[in-house]
Amino acid sequence: MPKLLRPLDVYRHLPGTNCGECGEVNCMAYAAKLIERQRRVEDCKPLFKPEYKAKLAKLLEVLRPPVKEVTIGVGERAVTIGGKVCMYRHELTWYRPTALFFDVDDVMDEGEALKRVKAVEAFEMERIGVKLKLDGVAVRCVSGSPEAFARRVAKVAEATSLPLMLCSYNPDAAEEALTVAGNRRPLLYAATKDNWRDMFNLASKYKVPLAISAPGDLSLLKSLAATARKKGLDDLVLDPGTFVEADTLAETVNAFTMLRRAAIEKEDAAVGYPLMAVPAAVWLSPPGGEVEAKMAECYIASLLMTRYADLLVMHTLDTWALLPILVWRQNVYTDPRTPLSVKPGLYEVGPVDEKTPVFVTGNSALTYFLVRGDVEKSGRGYLICVDTEGISVESSVAGRRFTADKVAEALKASGVEGRVKHRTVIIPGKAARISGELEDLLKGWKVYVGPRESSDIPAFIEKVWSKEVSFK
Amino acid sequence: MTKEEVPKEVKSFMGKLEDALSQAEELELEDVEIQAEELIIELLTQAPQLLLPAAPPAAAPAAPPLREELVKAVFEPPVFTYAGSIAEVQIGATSSEGGTRRRVVKVGGAKCPPFYRFEAVPVNRPVVALDVFDLVPPLPKTIKAHYRDVLKDHVAWVNKCVEEFKSDLVTLHLVSTDPALENRPAEEAARFVRKVLDEVDIPVIVGGSGNPVKDAAVFERVAEATAGERLVMASVTIDMDVERVAKAIYQHGHNVLALAFLDINQVKELNRKVMGAGVPKDHIITDPSTGGLGYGIEYTFSVMERMRLAGLMGEETMQTPISCAATNAWAAREAWMESPEWGPREYRGPLWEMTTGLVNMLAGADLFMMLHPLAAMMLRRAAEVLSKPKVEKELKEVAYERWATAKL
Repeated sequence: MPKLLRPLDVYRHLPGTNCGECGEVNCMAYAAKLIERQRRVEDCKPLFKPEYKAKLAKLLEVLRPPVKEVTIGVGERAVTIGGKVCMYRHELTWYRPTALFFDVDDVMDEGEALKRVKAVEAFEMERIGVKLKLDGVAVRCVSGSPEAFARRVAKVAEATSLPLMLCSYNPDAAEEALTVAGNRRPLLYAATKDNWRDMFNLASKYKVPLAISAPGDLSLLKSLAATARKKGLDDLVLDPGTFVEADTLAETVNAFTMLRRAAIEKEDAAVGYPLMAVPAAVWLSPPGGEVEAKMAECYIASLLMTRYADLLVMHTLDTWALLPILVWRQNVYTDPRTPLSVKPGLYEVGPVDEKTPVFVTGNSALTYFLVRGDVEKSGRGYLICVDTEGISVESSVAGRRFTADKVAEALKASGVEGRVKHRTVIIPGKAARISGELEDLLKGWKVYVGPRESSDIPAFIEKVWSKEVSFK
Repeated sequence: MTKEEVPKEVKSFMGKLEDALSQAEELELEDVEIQAEELIIELLTQAPQLLLPAAPPAAAPAAPPLREELVKAVFEPPVFTYAGSIAEVQIGATSSEGGTRRRVVKVGGAKCPPFYRFEAVPVNRPVVALDVFDLVPPLPKTIKAHYRDVLKDHVAWVNKCVEEFKSDLVTLHLVSTDPALENRPAEEAARFVRKVLDEVDIPVIVGGSGNPVKDAAVFERVAEATAGERLVMASVTIDMDVERVAKAIYQHGHNVLALAFLDINQVKELNRKVMGAGVPKDHIITDPSTGGLGYGIEYTFSVMERMRLAGLMGEETMQTPISCAATNAWAAREAWMESPEWGPREYRGPLWEMTTGLVNMLAGADLFMMLHPLAAMMLRRAAEVLSKPKVEKELKEVAYERWATAKL
């Protein structure tokens, strides 16, 4: 088990005046919220007064997670990675979702490169009320020319506000690129056993986060990180190497797992930094055809995201291949302590009026957003969410959380009766078995059993409901 | 010799040396004779230490270039010890073991968390079981396309799964026994299973219809008709007469697949009941329910992870291998729905199912029920790769670092 902080550990470094400026009733409550990351240190204004200088320093030290947080980029799209406090998400929660960076290089056609950059920046997919996005661009120096690299980095930096990663083992190329994009807080990749002195100097000079790469050699990785720390560098990202071949992948998983356990459960500060993985390495010798390589890259991405990668460098940009990674990221980074549900009650979808159909469903967030989206596609609707304790409709019917009684009660409580002229209600196809009993309970109402899949709602409204329900 | 004991002359020499060193990149010592056991010169510059060899080299060689040196650190694998281990369940029995199978499959046996190779190499590779149905339920088009030629011939179906799709074993789902569908009698279902077994080499998992009353009767009959074959009966649930069914299954030498509903306490309760009926750990596999990717998978992931860790810590009821129905991935519309925005479902679907299996494999699942042949083959391959007894290639031979500078 990781060492989790208790409110008292934090409280002793607070002013203890219970002033309430942070929005909490007292300092102890604020301490608890700080641990849960629901409040920030900046919320305690008095702490920043000169007399509390020592307390503030101590507080920041105490709050430092076993895996340091590292911010890449500036402005609205800046991304912070790391910040992990446990190995297993059920122990608390995983903070700071894995950042996804996509590569461009300095020999590909400029138009093509910028098109990729724009695609990464514009990518957006809404799911359960959250917009899933991609996080950054990794510019790779393939030309070997510091000037060509700097020119490409300048163009990319101009084209996007996304965080950047500058990839070259050549300190001259790195410095050329930093002169044009150093003010964007890019992640510099990478310091190695051969160039670390120069790369450390560059990271210090330009005040940028630095990746340390020691493929296949964890002692070297730790030595480099320890040396960087000694030099005062603390915004580090560790690259133990992403070996993706059939006879090496197991070692990659092993290395990531060892590093994270050492950081969290052995409190080994020298490896207490975010980890980066490069599923894009699949393309160095792609297995089989293009589709096969894309699938391999993407499952390796999900694999290493599960095994502690805080940043991934990817090559494939196809939505079909990224979708599982993005959805898994959303899933695994949810707080396991809070069930995903919406408030039970009445929701209006689209421009409602007295001829609007009435739908009933459960209150799991997933159900709500899916059904809401499909009702929207059908035009409009009143959507009543019954309290199913955040459980899906199918399971709640089986578990007696979605019963005729509860639906009838929710319908009456919603007040929808006074808002529509018709007396019809549509229940989910998966709750068909309650329709008879529900009709008995709702005198004067006709119960329609809707489709089993909410994606069929538009067709159902068009072909059944609209034809049968008339307004004279 | 400590600094305090150093004679004055030497001190002054060292002072000068330090000054010189702090200004110079490199310094050559010529014609110097040093007489001391060991001389440590502490530098004011960033260089940590300069150790000169024991005296007396008549003429000291050129000093190494004065550069920052690496802090030497050793990474020690963070190995823990565990009070418990996971039982190994054998599926299938050969003629010498009282059955008629030519091949058997072993699952479980873990001695550490999944793929913690620094602690132990996996004992058994996770295995894949494709689904075969006696009555074909509605299936997504992208799946059905692969089985069209065998839907009416169950033996051919099983063989296709094993030979062409590399499935380790199959699940024979007795959908037709469902009282809401054909309500096929238990005796008939048992004869069907026996007939299929007589024509194939591999062991099978026998799947019920999901009706707790009917399933109990079906499992009893099938267990009897296939006595000694060491099959798996899936699934025994908390709403059955657990003791009676579990006893009947084990009495004929089979394994129980205990299915709980995403609740770790129910897992514990159900496993305890099955064990209470006299079924030993090495005849039980536990399925805590699988939410597909995007549909509750994170609950499954955490329940499996907790089960596995608790088992390793010594909790008896959690020391059974874990089964995962990756097939539930197909509940997500992202897997099957046609959508130009999401790209071709022929690729999307199998990757969705494979990912569902893969992340649960990392949580501890040992056995995977699957539908799409490509997903099954990819997952089996990943299981093989991650379970290799040893990594053959030297990592340093792989030019991984080229990713940053090569044309991809």
